[in-house]
Amino acid sequence: MLAHYGPQLVNLLAAILLLLAFAMLSQRRIISLINLFAAQGLVLFMATVLVATLTGQTHLYGSAAITLALKVFLLPWILHRLIRRLNVKWDVETLVNIPTIMLAGIVLVILAFNLAAPISQLAGTLTRSTLGIALASVLLAFLMMITRSKAVPQVVAFLAMENGLFFAATATVYGMPMVVELGIALDVLVASLILGVFLFQIRSRFDSVDTRHLERLKEH
Amino acid sequence: MGAELLLLVSPLAGGAVLALVGHRRYAAEVNVAFSVVTFGVAVRLVTRVIDEGAISALEEQFFLDSLNVFLVALTAFVSMTTSLFSRPYMRIERAHGRVSDAGMRLYHAMYQLFGFTMLLVLTTNNLGVMWVAMEAATLTTVLLVALYRTHASLEAAWKYFILCGVGIAQALFGTILVYFAAERILGSGVTALLWTHLDSVKSELEPTVMSIAFVFLLVGYGTKVGLVPLHNWLPDAHAEGPTPISAVLSGLLLNVALYALIRFKVITDGALERPFAAALLMGFGLASVVVAAFFLSRQRDIKRMFAYSSIEHMGLITFAFGMGGPVASFAGLLHMTVHSLTKSAIFFTVGHATQKSGTQLMEGIRGLVRVSPAIGWGLMLGAAAILGMPPFGVFASEFLILTTAIAQQPWAAPVLLVSLGVSFAAIFGKVQAMVFGEPTAARLPHRPALIPVFAHLALVLLLGLYIPPYLADWYRRAAQLIG
Repeated sequence: MLAHYGPQLVNLLAAILLLLAFAMLSQRRIISLINLFAAQGLVLFMATVLVATLTGQTHLYGSAAITLALKVFLLPWILHRLIRRLNVKWDVETLVNIPTIMLAGIVLVILAFNLAAPISQLAGTLTRSTLGIALASVLLAFLMMITRSKAVPQVVAFLAMENGLFFAATATVYGMPMVVELGIALDVLVASLILGVFLFQIRSRFDSVDTRHLERLKEH
Repeated sequence: MGAELLLLVSPLAGGAVLALVGHRRYAAEVNVAFSVVTFGVAVRLVTRVIDEGAISALEEQFFLDSLNVFLVALTAFVSMTTSLFSRPYMRIERAHGRVSDAGMRLYHAMYQLFGFTMLLVLTTNNLGVMWVAMEAATLTTVLLVALYRTHASLEAAWKYFILCGVGIAQALFGTILVYFAAERILGSGVTALLWTHLDSVKSELEPTVMSIAFVFLLVGYGTKVGLVPLHNWLPDAHAEGPTPISAVLSGLLLNVALYALIRFKVITDGALERPFAAALLMGFGLASVVVAAFFLSRQRDIKRMFAYSSIEHMGLITFAFGMGGPVASFAGLLHMTVHSLTKSAIFFTVGHATQKSGTQLMEGIRGLVRVSPAIGWGLMLGAAAILGMPPFGVFASEFLILTTAIAQQPWAAPVLLVSLGVSFAAIFGKVQAMVFGEPTAARLPHRPALIPVFAHLALVLLLGLYIPPYLADWYRRAAQLIG
């Protein structure tokens, strides 16, 4: 059963991942944004466990556990706490209107699929067709980062980008070696903590976490 | 093998100790002590690599060959002299009330940890760990750039974090692709990420995957090198952080990021028949030289100006490695050394000059020679050295790069010459005005540290006049590794 439907299930989860990436791109409310990020982490966790079961790559269970702990529970919890403490529940403004962003997103997805096609053909993994989706999620997160003006959504975009990269590693090579996975997880965690500290510093300076305040340093 | 690991253990322990006592009066001395130990171990490792050739440790997780041991020595040396400079510099900042106790603790702990991450990038054999350490290098410095909590420094740190974070994410994707290509030959597991193993099978790696991977790696690590058009974070981060951090960012971090790129270039060149990586490196390098040269004359902030000069020089080095061949790679390595020494020396003098004048704006800094001849002449000589005036070492390496360019890439030579000329005019004119003229400076509460400045400049002068045979031999062997 699982052997038969497994690969299709992975593809389904990959598709959900991409949909969530688009949902984040168009989401205006900051709390929903964080919840979407947590949902993306959950899908990532399920996909990783599924791939681990299908292929017998036991170390993937380890990465899946890290994903669950870090991206579904710890980071969303930190982010929720952060916005409560910063008291910023306003709707997120985007720098460009949302339909335009969505169109740009579609172009990026096409680009990602074209770029991933030659690599996917070489891959022997059962998840190879999902590399395009992984790359697309990275690029969509990138797009989200450059179209948001507030600091917290930029942080979420940064973390979503890491989700995409993690999925790319699972899709092409069944995950990086454990020592590297652990290192990456540590970096992401430290980065979020530093960003948290940083947001407080920005706020105490400007009474707001709008990064549009941070546009004074320009070439004249 | 224990003694070698001390190279990494020393700064890590230093970071832990200083996290506890970094605000005490003796913290600066502790910082210096740890940096001296690290440098001592580095010197020992250099002699071992010279005697025995490449060495590896911990089941090949770490390795040292002529290429990285040279950068390890340089990194440990400049970290040490910068810690000597930072001792009075940070005390003066503390006396001026710009940094709190917590800030001092953060500064000292992160200074050591930053050194640790750079040495980890240099010594690790695992390309995944290299990525982790490179990201950690950003993380350790991002709060230091924001140390003064001013509007501009927060903005610079945010920009630094976001741009380098995005960049480094591309590098991770590139690393995943390299692992993917390697796994097909070496099998899955840590072995497939070890550089030495990859190097031995590089001709069998899938060329399409490696070329796509190299583009991502170039964008990723190139952001940290400060290559145009990925350089936006660099002038801000250099200008707004404390000056010792500007010195190590400019003198060391850029080198370390370029080192990572070179390691991948070697593998990519092996996998591809055509000079794909070379062309990309030359293109980005040349663009950096040209753009930085023309931005130089528009700068008003002294640290920003020298940050742009760093972009220019990193571009020149990248261009040299792109040309490849024994002479150009030799020149690239020499230029890495002399740029690192000269630029950190310049930042040391600039640090004290701005403290004396109370501003980083160049029109506010005047008559340094009258107030403090040592600072004035240090800045003048440093500027002369970085601009490639003979007999300093920068002249030797730039001369080698230019003559190779004339022979191999004649189209690029005039572009390089014009850019170097433009930057000469920009920097020389501004530095001259700051060094001479009516003084505007005040007395400092602590004696400035100028020994590191003149030690660096003396070394650069020495390298311009005479490269000792063992050093030349060492560069030659490292250049062979790059190809």
